Amino acid sequence: MLLPFFQWCESSWLGQAIPNSLWLFPVIESVHLLALAVIGGSVLVVDMRLLGLGLRSRPVAEIAREAQPYLIGSLIVMIATGVPLFFSEAVKCYYSDAFWVKMPALALSMLFAFTVRRMVTRAEEGRYAPISRMAVGAISLMLWSTVGMAGRWIGFS
Amino acid sequence: MSLLWVAEWLAGTNYSIALHESQYMYTIVESVHVLTLCIFIGFAVLFDLRLLNKALTRVPVSEVARQLLPWTIGGFVIMVITGVALFYAIPVRTYLSIWFRFKVVFLLLAGLNVWIFHSGVYARVAEWDLTFTPRAARRAAVASLVLWTLIIVFGRFIAYNWFDCDIQPQSSFVNFVAGCVVPPATP
Repeated sequence: MLLPFFQWCESSWLGQAIPNSLWLFPVIESVHLLALAVIGGSVLVVDMRLLGLGLRSRPVAEIAREAQPYLIGSLIVMIATGVPLFFSEAVKCYYSDAFWVKMPALALSMLFAFTVRRMVTRAEEGRYAPISRMAVGAISLMLWSTVGMAGRWIGFS
Repeated sequence: MSLLWVAEWLAGTNYSIALHESQYMYTIVESVHVLTLCIFIGFAVLFDLRLLNKALTRVPVSEVARQLLPWTIGGFVIMVITGVALFYAIPVRTYLSIWFRFKVVFLLLAGLNVWIFHSGVYARVAEWDLTFTPRAARRAAVASLVLWTLIIVFGRFIAYNWFDCDIQPQSSFVNFVAGCVVPPATP
């Protein structure tokens, strides 16, 4: 049912311009990778803190507040580069299992990050039991890792 | 005995062929290499941002270093192990890749930058831990951000064959830098 939409994406101006250029896909892909490093760092530093690792001497709320602009900024770059990459090979994505794992995982990761995780990381110290904070950190890590691994796997299918 | 000879010898070893032709192993090693970017570069960027007073500004620089550096080093070790394995799987083409050669040069520069930072301004960190970061430290942070950005881009470009030696004619600059052995043109 969605296939015509994927075909339309690939036949659109954006979908055609990228494969017609020798450099465009690799350059956009590289920016996608650079943003991956930044989003990885800004997610990890908070989730690790929730798990009791990394910057242990600081309150969770401080780490989360400091990481927030980089999380949002890199997420915007990820989406802004991910959409054109998708358009250039939309039909391949349609038939890729990894793509269909990545998109729901991405939706869940963002939903979790801006609801439960946001609430827990913004609360004052002691408001949530260490075990709940660890659970939130672990779930966040698992969700984002799924997005990353499935994303890498789109390239292999 | 040239380095090309070493690469050719490596390519003939059983494990290199096995890794190159494996259905999943090469893919897994490459995925680990890419995703470890999150740990290694992610934390390196955070540290650079701290030096530039753009993140974690209330945490002393030495504390960020003490608590994040072990993870950064762990990530770097994974990067090196998987990176060596990726080279070992495809030694000749990689050795003759202009992007790989750029990447190695910039890795050495990034290492030099780390060494200059740690033996220089960071050795006196107690004097500026919570005050404004000195210029030398900010310069090291900018150099680090630029160098690692280029290293990621060059690394990604190794996968593309624009300047591969078996695609001729290439410019003499490419052939020289990539070390291509080009047979003389037949008239």
